[in-house]
Amino acid sequence: MDAILFLIFAAIAVGCGVNLVVQRHPISSALSLVGVMAALAVLYLLLGAEFMAAAQMIVYAGAIMVLFVFTIMLLNAGSERKTDKALFARLFGVPALIGFIVLIGFLIRTLLPKTENVVFGTFTEGTARGVGLKLFTEYLLPFEVTSLLILIAILGAVVLARKEI
Amino acid sequence: MDARFIPEPVHLIRFAPELLLTVFATLIMVLDPLTKEGEKHRLGILALVGLLAAAWGAAVAAANPGTAFSDMLLVDGFATFFRYLSILVGVLTLACSFAYLKREQADSGEYYALLLFSIAGQCVMVSANELIMIFIGLEISSIASYVLAGYLRDDKRNNESALKYFLLGSFATAFLLYGIAWIYGITGSTNLAEIQRVLSNRDIAPSVNLIGASAALMFVGFAFKVSAAPFQVWAPDVYQGAPAPVSAFLSAGPKAAAFAIFLRVYITAFEPIADQWQAVLWASALATMIVGNFAALLQSNIKRLLAYSSIAHAGYVLVAVTTHSQIGTAAAMFYLAAYAFMNVGAFAVVTHFARQGERYVNIEDLAGLGQRQPVTAALLSIFLLSFIGVPLTAGFFGKFYIFKAALDANLVWLTVLGLLNSAVAAYYYLRIIVVMYFHEPSESVADLQSPAPGIQAVLWASAAATLILGVFPSWVLDFAGKAALK
Repeated sequence: MDAILFLIFAAIAVGCGVNLVVQRHPISSALSLVGVMAALAVLYLLLGAEFMAAAQMIVYAGAIMVLFVFTIMLLNAGSERKTDKALFARLFGVPALIGFIVLIGFLIRTLLPKTENVVFGTFTEGTARGVGLKLFTEYLLPFEVTSLLILIAILGAVVLARKEI
Repeated sequence: MDARFIPEPVHLIRFAPELLLTVFATLIMVLDPLTKEGEKHRLGILALVGLLAAAWGAAVAAANPGTAFSDMLLVDGFATFFRYLSILVGVLTLACSFAYLKREQADSGEYYALLLFSIAGQCVMVSANELIMIFIGLEISSIASYVLAGYLRDDKRNNESALKYFLLGSFATAFLLYGIAWIYGITGSTNLAEIQRVLSNRDIAPSVNLIGASAALMFVGFAFKVSAAPFQVWAPDVYQGAPAPVSAFLSAGPKAAAFAIFLRVYITAFEPIADQWQAVLWASALATMIVGNFAALLQSNIKRLLAYSSIAHAGYVLVAVTTHSQIGTAAAMFYLAAYAFMNVGAFAVVTHFARQGERYVNIEDLAGLGQRQPVTAALLSIFLLSFIGVPLTAGFFGKFYIFKAALDANLVWLTVLGLLNSAVAAYYYLRIIVVMYFHEPSESVADLQSPAPGIQAVLWASAAATLILGVFPSWVLDFAGKAALK
């Protein structure tokens, strides 16, 4: 059952990912990205990372994508214009892509550990409680220092965006 | 699991420099709206106090070595050395900045706050014992640097510099992060010592190709930050466009910190696969030296020339990293300290000479400086001679120790090619000296004022440090030798 669900949502994620690149209008691409994010959230859930799945939905599929769509609409970005592709791209684009995918597939099959190692349902630390305990004990310092990172990002945005120096 | 929310006092002491820098930077942000226009330089003085306090904090932390916050930080001699170096570069940059910001009418608290935050990020980086901390420290340092590079918002070149630095830098960081994700997937840990333990245990070590892939991804991120070939293209545009004191800072502070984590990650975590990465670093070091030195030959803009020279010097330090020996690490540390002094000194002269809006940044503009301001010209000559590696300057011993370490590690070809490279480099540094002393004075030197007190202090301090390191190298080298990673 888990494996079937995994295959379905992995296929959705890949399909939406391809659609993201193929679409010509930025809004369509952004909406495909929402599909990728949502499918990934389901994959996290299947692997037992409940908190990650919720965060993925709220932060990525929710907040960040709203920001994306707003920015696209604010800039009033239209459809991508069709350009004459370079000779190199026309001749070698598709063969190079296929070659790359075959290469990656080969590497994954030969290098990565066997798939038996992945068993659904064995990881149970992914709850809000588990993540919280890790975050506030072992990873306390990175968690706190990240707030500094966000503070600097805000300060930088203010410096670059205000009217006069 | 027992959840303890209160860290032990000794952990806070080991984290003292970062805490002090953050407190002072935040204080500056709070006081900025309360300070009148024209009195903003007082915030700069507060920043200076903050840096001195951080140096004291680093000394207190060094007296209590060990790990902190469940192995996230490791305060050892190596971390202390680079903490001091980052803070020192900050002090020199700050002293240059007073006159510059006043001249460009851009004096404001945010500049000083960003500078302190960037240094705090570097201190986090160099004392991190853990890939997540390294990443966060690197991002703090980088984001503050991106903004500093574009600080004069109405200046076109500043904008170009910041945008290029930001886009390419984010891209490089993504590679680093992907590498970290791989290594976590392979070893199940982000702690450097733990990664080394897993990789050197033959029973559980995964395929060397997988480790190599993650090491390569992380190499892309680090090589970008230290401007090593083939990831060096951003450096000339960024250093040329950024405000001159910021260029001085970028090429000395963040670069040294990036080298520190480069050394720490490759010499601790990836030491078990050293045979694999040594070849990559060998090629990158050579390419970096060649690209830097030969491109510098063609430059007419002095900031661009110093940028290419900075790439070339990164190549020399990479030679030391390639040796992956204790003596090589010590040589790299010595070189980074020596380079920080001479480079900030050279950029201080550029800051002084460029004048408002950075009008005079061509090498030909320096013509006649030797007659007009003999002292400034003489000090710049000291820095340039040190860049070349003339005896009695810090650059000589820096190169000497690096190439000695390379010979000890049987990197004969790299040593020979590196020495040939430094001979090429002599040409473009000497050209500046020739222009200063032997060319007819141009109108650009006619209205040159004497250097501002802050810049004068930086010039004298850097020149003194360059000469002292050139005569008594053991003062720093002994410290570096003891602190070098084994």
